Amino acid sequence: MLTLQPLQPVAVPVPGQFYMLQAGATHDPLLKRPFSYLSAENGSISFLYRIRGKGTRAIAALRENETISLIGPLGNAYPMPSGEFIAVAGGIGIASLFSLLGAATGRAALFWGGRTAGELLMTETVGGLVRNAVITTDDGSAGRKSMVTEPFREYLAVNTHLPVYVCGSNPMMKAVAAICADAGARCFVSLEAYMACGVGACLGCVVKIRDAESHEGRFRSVCKDGPVFDASTVVWEGQ
Amino acid sequence: MIPSLSVNIGGVILKNPVMTASGTFGYGEEYAEFVDLNRLGAVVVKGLSLKPKEGNPVPRIVETASGMLNAIGLQNIGVDRFIAEKMPFLRRFDTKVICNFFGDSVDEYIHVADALSRTDGVHALEMNVSCPNKQAGWCVFGTDPKVLHEVVTAVRKVCRIPLIVKLTPNVTSIAYMAKVAEESGADAVSLINTITGMAIDIRSRRPVLANKVGGLSGPAIKPVAVRMVWEVFNAVKIPIIGMGGIMTAADALEFLIAGARGIAVGTANFVNPAATVEIVEALEQFLADEQVNDVNELVGSLRI
Repeated sequence: MLTLQPLQPVAVPVPGQFYMLQAGATHDPLLKRPFSYLSAENGSISFLYRIRGKGTRAIAALRENETISLIGPLGNAYPMPSGEFIAVAGGIGIASLFSLLGAATGRAALFWGGRTAGELLMTETVGGLVRNAVITTDDGSAGRKSMVTEPFREYLAVNTHLPVYVCGSNPMMKAVAAICADAGARCFVSLEAYMACGVGACLGCVVKIRDAESHEGRFRSVCKDGPVFDASTVVWEGQ
Repeated sequence: MIPSLSVNIGGVILKNPVMTASGTFGYGEEYAEFVDLNRLGAVVVKGLSLKPKEGNPVPRIVETASGMLNAIGLQNIGVDRFIAEKMPFLRRFDTKVICNFFGDSVDEYIHVADALSRTDGVHALEMNVSCPNKQAGWCVFGTDPKVLHEVVTAVRKVCRIPLIVKLTPNVTSIAYMAKVAEESGADAVSLINTITGMAIDIRSRRPVLANKVGGLSGPAIKPVAVRMVWEVFNAVKIPIIGMGGIMTAADALEFLIAGARGIAVGTANFVNPAATVEIVEALEQFLADEQVNDVNELVGSLRI
């Protein structure tokens, strides 16, 4: 968990948006890394992240009152659900959905899966934001021992009218999107991608998105046109 | 006394030598909320082709030590949509607009150059010759002196505004290729484009980039770029735009002293969207501190 106090006034983010963060002033790592914000309250912005490489290690090495550079808030937003909804999170993907759950407290049925219990952070806080939560782990160390898609599929079968919001690994999101398509449910996915600029300039983070004119899809920037897309428009490739 | 930052790049007068490197600044509008475009010497837009181009599959980028590899594949909206949809925005600013363009044949280069050079508000063209030639077994235009001569000569005939040729560093002698560009009618040269590189995932033993190879940019390539600017400065009379890993005004100054009259900021935009304007300000401060009245005095002022 990282909490930042901006030195200058910054725009207030909306659920689904993200920031590009960089700790330290060296050229290695060179690029900022994208992170969904967890919460933005009283002028501070919090992030929940997992250490994955050089960029996150440098962030984890920060001490209190050190500075970090950021760009944001960036990207589009989750379309706000008008009533009850379903959220499906994979591991640290909860970081993106957390602000949505908070903005619609008590309205979500959450399905949250991880490999082990250790991947599921802040479970009590998250539990307090949702109507009901089903937790799954691959090894059974917390909740039900299954893929997160199994209990989700069972629940959706009798709740196909509810919109589904998903953030997790690409294979998990692809699987959830397929279940939603079969059930005829609306589904919104927050995609993850390697990014350089975060503002739609470098075109490094593109994904193929279908539109009215192109069934094969056209490259859109995850950072600028997303990260949230209607799952029925995403052309899932290579996963 | 406020030092003069104005430079003349092959007939285009810039208010300062700082430009954006093509492909790192979109069509200008992507960065307009971070940077006052009026502060820049020029905005060099992402490379344009005759028809829209989809670009390469992903992954397209990977970070490397103090640098990044990219294989975007020249994704762009095509020259017609650029003129119709992007130029009205760019015309609103008090800066020079330089359009980078490319083709997969000499004919395509000619068509794009003709359309862009007739467009109101386009001040110069920058020719990317680091792309493959359909008619020559997809060999890169800018690596063969005969082909480079042919394509630059042909574009020169239709281009009504200053023509900059952007040289590839992936050659034996960039100074020789610069001379070829000069003799073929280029008004200026810009260098360097990215250096071809590769990264491998050691677990899967596959290339990290879908395109297998990509172009290396960022601070990692700066010493190579400075050396090449110096070599080209000693070989040609036309102005040079230097680029390759410029992150700060100190980096930009190395290029100016080596012989560049203009400089372009590329990968640094990704790290710090305000990098260009910060470099303009720090450049001005450096000249004042060093009591240099005119930035042109620094150009090629290397002491050996």
